[in-house]
Amino acid sequence: MTANATPTGDLCSMPALLRRNAREFAGRPAYREKEYGIWQSWTWAEAAQEIEWLALGFLALGMERGDHVAVIGRNRPDHYWAMVAAQMCGAVPVPLYADAVAEEMAYVLGHCGARFVVCGDQEQVDKVIDIQDELHQIDHVLYHDKRGMRKYDHEHLNWLHDIRDEGKAAHFRHEHELAKREAELTYDSTCVMLYTSGTTGKPKGVVLSNRNIIETSKNSSEFDHLRADDEILAYLPMAWVGDFIFSMGQALWNGFCVNCPESAETMMTDLKEIAPTYYFAPPRVFETQLTSVMIRMEDASPLKKRLFRHYMALARKVGPQILDGKPVGLVDRLRYAMGEFAIYGPLKNTLGFSRVRVGYTAGEAIGPEIFDFYRSLGINLKQLYGQTEASVFIAQQPDHEVRADTVGVTSPGVEIRIAENGEIFYRSPGTFVEYYNNPESTASTKDPEGWVATGDAGFFEEETGHLRIIDRAKDVGKMADGHMFAPKYVENKLKFYPDVLEAVVFGNGREMCTAFINIDLTAVGNWAERNNIAYASYQELAGHPQVLETIRSHVEEVNRSVAQDDMLSACQIHRFLVLHKELDADDGEMTRTRKVRRAKIEEKFHDLIAGLYDGSESVYTETEVTYEDGRKGSISATLQLVDAATVTPRHHKVAAE
Amino acid sequence: MKDLYEPYVTDDGRTIGGCLMEMKNITLKFGGVVAIKDISFDIREGEIRAIIGPNGAGKSSMLNVISGFYTPSEGEVWYKGSVRPMMKPYEVARQGVGRTFQNIALFEGMSVLDNVMTGRLTHMKASLWEQAIWWGKAEREEVHNREQVEKIIDFLEIQAIRKTPVGRLPYGLKKRVELARALAAEPSLLLLDEPMAGMNVEEKEDMSRFILDVNDEFGTTIALIEHDMGVVMDLSDRVVVMDYGKKIGDGTPDEVRGNQDVIDAYLGVPHA
Repeated sequence: MTANATPTGDLCSMPALLRRNAREFAGRPAYREKEYGIWQSWTWAEAAQEIEWLALGFLALGMERGDHVAVIGRNRPDHYWAMVAAQMCGAVPVPLYADAVAEEMAYVLGHCGARFVVCGDQEQVDKVIDIQDELHQIDHVLYHDKRGMRKYDHEHLNWLHDIRDEGKAAHFRHEHELAKREAELTYDSTCVMLYTSGTTGKPKGVVLSNRNIIETSKNSSEFDHLRADDEILAYLPMAWVGDFIFSMGQALWNGFCVNCPESAETMMTDLKEIAPTYYFAPPRVFETQLTSVMIRMEDASPLKKRLFRHYMALARKVGPQILDGKPVGLVDRLRYAMGEFAIYGPLKNTLGFSRVRVGYTAGEAIGPEIFDFYRSLGINLKQLYGQTEASVFIAQQPDHEVRADTVGVTSPGVEIRIAENGEIFYRSPGTFVEYYNNPESTASTKDPEGWVATGDAGFFEEETGHLRIIDRAKDVGKMADGHMFAPKYVENKLKFYPDVLEAVVFGNGREMCTAFINIDLTAVGNWAERNNIAYASYQELAGHPQVLETIRSHVEEVNRSVAQDDMLSACQIHRFLVLHKELDADDGEMTRTRKVRRAKIEEKFHDLIAGLYDGSESVYTETEVTYEDGRKGSISATLQLVDAATVTPRHHKVAAE
Repeated sequence: MKDLYEPYVTDDGRTIGGCLMEMKNITLKFGGVVAIKDISFDIREGEIRAIIGPNGAGKSSMLNVISGFYTPSEGEVWYKGSVRPMMKPYEVARQGVGRTFQNIALFEGMSVLDNVMTGRLTHMKASLWEQAIWWGKAEREEVHNREQVEKIIDFLEIQAIRKTPVGRLPYGLKKRVELARALAAEPSLLLLDEPMAGMNVEEKEDMSRFILDVNDEFGTTIALIEHDMGVVMDLSDRVVVMDYGKKIGDGTPDEVRGNQDVIDAYLGVPHA
């Protein structure tokens, strides 16, 4: 079946797609970047020329077939070009997380044996130089931003632009070789290697072939009718498979324009200026945006507040139906049109969503209120389910069949099988080739027939055929009394409150559930400001009695809602505490994609967990923290442990009667 | 005397050149109050020169003499090889002396971009008439000035607040905007009056990095007043120490640190 799909014409690699775009969309914008306050743009023809010069420069530096080229930096055209240029030379690009600390980077660079490292700026170069002493395989370090680099020893260090100029000057010498290398690329050549975030253990290098990327890009583009005149904003980490599919795979396949923000802080402004038509964001970004809208509305004049409330109530009622093309009365349609003019339109414009045709969110569950807020404004926000090993897409929601609690139907070309224990398996043309240098892991994840275990438990809804995810299969456990324990289910319910940033629920093999809560500094800080509550630090705010009281009311509300679910009613939270620090990837408590590392947290805060179960009222603890520059420090705190009321589940009542 | 100003290269690879400014026997009096008493020191091209001292030692007065805001009662200011005649502060600024202020002096109602653009004033040559017509010289000039300003905005990493009114910014960022405005004038000598006052450790670290970067990237000579001794000793190539309007020490951070007069001035000695 599709697993053996053949390329369309000779389009069997990213460079081949680039050449086609340079021919067919020569004058259309391919890349934009905001530099010095102005959007600079490159057409496909210009981009292809730049990439070719860069590739020639790489050849002049001695890049060989199969070399690994690490790319570390934020999203900018230069970095995307370096990846395609590396592919042209027959090398394999390996984008890395720019915010990784040196030791994490050392592992990945050592594991893939990168000979070339392309860095964004001095910060990244410094990290690479730090670890170069241990890793002797790095031959050349290239950088984009010259700032602060003048005094460095440039024997093995080059400005990327110089390499491009060198390639341009040396084109007669290397053109022939480059053409030969490009012609050698097949549908089965490696396209990219991406490191998984590693919720458990060391990151693994996922090898994806041209077939994986191009087939997936093709299928998903057809599913959502993506076009050459679409616009996206490339702002998510380049090391993440989603960015590779959206900004490289789909962009090259469709020939649409990739816009790179000026810096991470200006992302919201740039989003507004570009107003992408195709947009992806993890739930956290949508949450942050919604929180900031709500905070600003709190400060608005009474009239504006009333208008906003009135029209948002209307939008909640009829917005999603209008978007899904369901019948809505004429009066409501007219009122909604008024609202579009007065509230929704301007609001979407401010958020940068005026032109979004297709919006996706994935990675974590999104709160139904948040999801519905955007849908009710008329933004076609959908959910998808995927992972690196699948080149993203496993399941996604088609237009007009969008719901907050499912992840949609099976993506085109993908087959899904649910095992007896509820674990989801899939097989698709996007299924990865292997884990680099790790045959055992490859074998344990992908069986000989090509089925891959996702590690997630879920089921298909019978009436709609939509897939629902319950939790990580390995996190689903049993409590001491034999009831099912699904922490994520409860955590997500908690995280839907704006005050709660993160929650970790414990209870596997125990007689009751307890939880750690992280408060959201923006939301709680704003609340404190409005209520004249003074605080000096995150820690102090997190320990404030009124904050604890608010969180307790949230927890109790969640308990009531959890009690409604017959299967999971035992997962109600009996005791909880509010952590004195934010869970952080630098401390290893979360992955770089901000997924909680349960085992690590359990080990690190074992004293707090013990406190939650032995009934004590407060616990003193000292915690090691890592600062952004890698230095360590420690903070200490005395945490209050809070009891929360629980509800007797329905079926227990029945049994008692 | 001449070989005293032989260029040399510092440990971190910066080249320190000849004498850029020399203060010769400066005395400054306000009526009967003697703020500065017979002080001489020099500032060399490309170096970071700190002026330190306890409160009321006359540091800010000294900076005001350098920037031309005060005219010394006695003594000479030598700048780029000649004695500087009596000048208005804006004339001094035109000669390439830029500064920031101890108490932030920005236009609160204007955006960051506009504030920084005012720093380009000394580089605007178009006449009022040409500005009014706009087309031609004034437009070309504006484009060039904006480009320079954008480079500085990029350099100091304040892109995200480009259009934000200064009044809405936190203190640390205002300080950075002030630095940006001073840099926009492309000064050869940059005076910083307590650039880190009132900042937390993280903001101080950022500011220190920017000061070093400015010095390194643009080769700007910097004279700064600062209270945080740790910062001063880390940043500067040479330090002048003042106390009660007199100079009590001058030299590298290590030399100054070992100077008994300086230790006394900071730790205090019984005044017999």
